[in-house]
Amino acid sequence: MKLLANRPEKEIGIKLDPMLFELLAKFQEIELEDVEMDVGDLEIWLQPSATAISQITPKLITPKAKPTTIIEVEFTPPLEQYPGQIVEVKLGATKSEGGTRGRNIILGGEKSPAFCMFENPMPNPPVISLDVFDMRIPLAKAVKMHVAEVMEDPAAWAKLAVEKFGADMVTLHLISIDPLQKDTSPEEAVKTVEEVVQAVDVPLIIGGCGDPKKDLAVFEKVAETFSGERFLLSSITHDMDVEKAALTAKKHGHVVLSFTPMDMNLARELNRKLYEFIPKDHIVMDTTTAALGYGLEYAFTIMERARLAALMGDQELQHPMSSGTTNAWAAREAWMKMAPEWGPRELRGPIWETITALTLLFAGVDLFMMMHPAAVKTLKDVVNELLSGHSGRAERIAEWITVRT
Amino acid sequence: MAEIRKKGFKELSPIDVYMLLPKTNCKECGFDNCMAFAAKVVNREINIKDCPPLLTKQFKKQYQQLSEMLKPAVKEITIGTGEKAVKIGGKLVMYRHEFAYFNPTPIAIDVTDEMSEGEIVNRVKQTEEFSYVYIGQTLKLNMIAIRSTSNDPEKFKAAVKKVIENTSLPLILCSFDPNVIESGLMAAPKSRPLIYAATKENWREMAELALMYDCPLTVFAPNDLKLLRSLTKTLLEYGVKDLVLDPGTFPTEGLADTINNFTIIRRAACKHGDELFGFPIIGVPMTAWLDKSDSPAEVVMWKEAYLAGMLIVRYADLLIMHSLEGWVLLPNMILRQNIYTDPRKPVAVEPGLRTFGNPNENSPVMMTTNFALTYYTVASDIEASGVDSYLIVVDTEGIAVDSAVAGRKLTAEKVAEAIKESEIENKVKHRKIIIPGKAARLSGEIEQLSGWEVIVGPKDSSGIPAFLQQKWGK
Repeated sequence: MKLLANRPEKEIGIKLDPMLFELLAKFQEIELEDVEMDVGDLEIWLQPSATAISQITPKLITPKAKPTTIIEVEFTPPLEQYPGQIVEVKLGATKSEGGTRGRNIILGGEKSPAFCMFENPMPNPPVISLDVFDMRIPLAKAVKMHVAEVMEDPAAWAKLAVEKFGADMVTLHLISIDPLQKDTSPEEAVKTVEEVVQAVDVPLIIGGCGDPKKDLAVFEKVAETFSGERFLLSSITHDMDVEKAALTAKKHGHVVLSFTPMDMNLARELNRKLYEFIPKDHIVMDTTTAALGYGLEYAFTIMERARLAALMGDQELQHPMSSGTTNAWAAREAWMKMAPEWGPRELRGPIWETITALTLLFAGVDLFMMMHPAAVKTLKDVVNELLSGHSGRAERIAEWITVRT
Repeated sequence: MAEIRKKGFKELSPIDVYMLLPKTNCKECGFDNCMAFAAKVVNREINIKDCPPLLTKQFKKQYQQLSEMLKPAVKEITIGTGEKAVKIGGKLVMYRHEFAYFNPTPIAIDVTDEMSEGEIVNRVKQTEEFSYVYIGQTLKLNMIAIRSTSNDPEKFKAAVKKVIENTSLPLILCSFDPNVIESGLMAAPKSRPLIYAATKENWREMAELALMYDCPLTVFAPNDLKLLRSLTKTLLEYGVKDLVLDPGTFPTEGLADTINNFTIIRRAACKHGDELFGFPIIGVPMTAWLDKSDSPAEVVMWKEAYLAGMLIVRYADLLIMHSLEGWVLLPNMILRQNIYTDPRKPVAVEPGLRTFGNPNENSPVMMTTNFALTYYTVASDIEASGVDSYLIVVDTEGIAVDSAVAGRKLTAEKVAEAIKESEIENKVKHRKIIIPGKAARLSGEIEQLSGWEVIVGPKDSSGIPAFLQQKWGK
């Protein structure tokens, strides 16, 4: 009814004392919603003079009785059913399974969007793998301070990641094999893997350097030497000889990470190629992670869409998802010295990685490849709390209003 | 799929809107015809109020029908008045890829009625002044939440007065005692604060206050969705139209309930047309401070920071926070900006050749991607260097350098092509291109394909000024 109140008075056809008009305008605003009266009607009512107000008042008010007690209504949670389900992929093989790992880890199996626990329980908790590099690399100061001692010893680094930082798995990045770096041989890579295999008994991810030819050569050698360990080979890409890579993994009992840019069609395409050579439950997918502030929303949305499409029945996207969450450190706000009001980078960096991880947790990521111990601990704590089934105390949180900080 | 939709947002087509427009192609709206206007309306780029004939008596019925048809699943509610008023809710969809999210989650910072005047003024000032420039936008904090820790109406009134003397930011008045709230409302006339909160005990008094002062009202029913829904129904019947829902933010124990409840409420509203849950949700990461016990402040702030992040992603339409630390707020303000970016529009700039200063035939030539953030960051670093330069912006479909290299959106072929198309060969005598450190992998191939010598630049563009001075100066 603001419409009427805002119109010039002459259009309404009467002249009101300003205060009265204000009162009236307020009055109309309240009541007209209920009685559905027309502007036209009102013009008639109001003529010929403002004295009409006292007369119309009783007619206009058709007060609904205000409730005096709470009106109880039912509530049924909006549950849905999904025709699709994410496959379960097993990482790592124990002695009885033909490997040497102390335990295996199962990813995936979801029947609902991520953490819709009111609908379906999360069948397998998301898992964290810590990054270990096979050569000294430049790291953000906040990360380096935790691993400075072990940066040239991948085995010691892996041990630290598992025993001190609580990693479920370790990703051994064989970056020294890069022809643009040290160009180390597949045999040398095997030696490094052997050291890490001896040092820790968690399932392992074997990371390449990003050169499709060299990575494949190394994967072949590592896969064969550690036959039956059920490593996750990270990663298989479109520009690699997909057939050769997949057959190598299959032959020696490993699983693969299907890595594509942020594009659902490219992910489907690569998975389709892989299906020709390797069972569906041997494939984890990664549609690329961008840092908070540096394209995280693309990464988030592609993953969320892929997961929902998979649940709706898209057969080619029904894989557990992995995220290179370490990419969060690409954000300069994570590592750069900034003015004092932005806080020390020792806090800014890990919170950047934490929030990047938590954002993607809700998109459906099952496997996080991470870097900073505080980010790892927080993600683990949050996941444990979410899956604990514990309820909060309602009366307690009401106290936030009066809490003294 | 057993999905019951009352009125699916996605089904709405321009034709549906067109049918209710005057169909006279009068062009008063600035578009050529009613169909073009209808398409803009469906895309939410324009409001039906921009069609003048539709506002006349003749089309009253159609206007109402259209308003109903276009009504978002989550009601849009205005808090505050004037320039700094904030709108919350107004969500059309549950997932951002289904359309776009509107009304980025405002962040309110708290003060209490037991803080000294100096402390109140100081916190308000800090809140007002907090800002960060990101991709050409200034990110800001948005509101002040005043908590009555004293439970004394007079103290609360004084605190509210102090706050409004110092800011025009919209307010949230927080107390479960209607007397306290009323004295706060009297101290803040016509400023339309959000009242926090109506509960199963005080709802009638709070409803009266909301009606009397024409304010939106929060409904607080921690971890009890049936009660929340019943209270909402009751308050609507009472005549309070603008509600905000608080199912409770549990910082640690009960976090699962919080995530479940936020998700259920939003799904009920967006996917099942539940009008009682079709209101904005408020998250209170400040509850982290309830757990503080003996923890150092950093630990509590850390929890508050990541709780805020989780709630921004999981459907919170408004947040109340305590920490004013930059490292707590910055990642959340950037996350909010990211999540609320319109996914229909890629965050990219036009590819092509850019010049900085007055470059000549000896000036350096650099290369980067067309992701907006990358481009703006690189551009500002080149400007900071003060070196006259050329920059070739390669079309990577709006993806940053490292992701673009990994995802093959930035390839040697694309770089070679961009060099050629830029006609830079007619502008400089040398044949040297500086590429981002994160694209070092492409060096050899770029040299082969383009015939240019590649110089690998710094991994982060903040190194550009030093790099240009050291490497190019010589």
